[in-house]
Amino acid sequence: MTNYYNNVFLNMVSTVSGPYEANGPFGKLYDKSYSDFYFGEKTFEQAESRMIDESIDILLNKIGKTRFQIDLLISGDLMNQLVSSNYAASRLGIPFLGIYNACASSVEGLIIGANMVEHRCCNNVICSVSSHNNSAEKQFRYPVEYGGPKPRYTTFTTTGGCSAYLSRDKKGIRIDSSTIGTVCDMGIKDVYNMGGVMACACGDTIYKHLMNTKREVGYYDLILSGDLGIYGKKILTHYMKTEYNVDLKNYDDAASMIFDIDSQPVYAGGSGPACLPLVAYSYVINKMKKGEINRVLLVATGALMNTSMVNQKLSIPSIAHAISLEVIK
Amino acid sequence: MEKRKYQGIVKKYTPKENRMYNSLVAFFVGGFMGVLGEVLIELYSYFFNIPTKEASVFMIVTLIFLGCFLTCLGFFDRFVHFAKCGLIVPITGFAHAMQSAALEYRKEGIVMGLGSNIFKLSGSVIMLGVVSAYVFGLLRLFIMGA
Repeated sequence: MTNYYNNVFLNMVSTVSGPYEANGPFGKLYDKSYSDFYFGEKTFEQAESRMIDESIDILLNKIGKTRFQIDLLISGDLMNQLVSSNYAASRLGIPFLGIYNACASSVEGLIIGANMVEHRCCNNVICSVSSHNNSAEKQFRYPVEYGGPKPRYTTFTTTGGCSAYLSRDKKGIRIDSSTIGTVCDMGIKDVYNMGGVMACACGDTIYKHLMNTKREVGYYDLILSGDLGIYGKKILTHYMKTEYNVDLKNYDDAASMIFDIDSQPVYAGGSGPACLPLVAYSYVINKMKKGEINRVLLVATGALMNTSMVNQKLSIPSIAHAISLEVIK
Repeated sequence: MEKRKYQGIVKKYTPKENRMYNSLVAFFVGGFMGVLGEVLIELYSYFFNIPTKEASVFMIVTLIFLGCFLTCLGFFDRFVHFAKCGLIVPITGFAHAMQSAALEYRKEGIVMGLGSNIFKLSGSVIMLGVVSAYVFGLLRLFIMGA
């Protein structure tokens, strides 16, 4: 499903990152970075919740509004029952929608927010998203200090909290259109091969978006996928070529960009809901503001993985959502 | 696209682990652990003047302590990352698995956190260990006699 927007603008963004991201190529572009994993909190889950709080605080400061002037907060993360978002929302007191599409939550939030603003359900929305490497490891894999061996094609969950402010004020970046993806299951059961799991969903969503909008790949100056990693990127390129006969031009993957893969111990790149927005809200938006690129398609991909279902030997479904951003002319 | 064809694409671009290298590293690190254990047994029986059987208990306690201590200091996961089964299979791996779970769940309380989660990783080792001890014990009884 593709929606078009005439009056929705991404006015301002904010990013808070963890230590590995701060040492990555875009480390200097984040609004705030931490050098440890606790941020002064007692547990990883509380630390993750704090990142959402801080990113919203920074955002409110930037736009010069108080939390009472915000109509809606949409937030998502990886934790069970969305605890990080829920606790952040309970402190903020803004009307709240919690969303889950794993690592595709960032764009899912933007799509819901953009629709609400476009159809005048509310005047402004903050869309947040967070992920924390250690809390995700604890929930989905092994205790953090165990450090069980992993294959090198696995991805490393990013630590970060990102927020975006959407309204009808004609400032910042214009949101042009969005495509909601379908869930794709190609029978991959390897929990470490998330790039392989998600590449099909990503490819399908990109193709549907291009078909529905009747655009060519070259229309976009940058197509940025969420967290496929360096191997998932190759899978997607091959998949698009064989399945849809589309040559991906100007394509890159946030997971492969956010870390310095050669020097940091991050396997095949980043992952997690915060991976795409950390790159998009820093590097990409800066480039758009400078006028170096005008049209960007963000495609967030999510592996809808559940440890119980994986233990029951079911394959992992995946989803991808796309949103198209344009510089205001 | 057919699932099988897609899985073929995924397989094509998924890198293979270097099993030869990993096995060699695990072999030498595991062997080194064995040598370390033997040296400790010899030292204990020489200095404390105790039989080998008792000295080996001392050795096990020492290695478990070292494993737990390094886990708490945050080093052991890096060693495991490098040596893999070379450190997971010996007694140090078991200690490390319990200690890392303990560190993680301590904050959720002594009973519901620490108590119920400390065997999260190592519980299956104990369960299957006991079962296989029974199976092989019975086999031995039937084949070799009491």
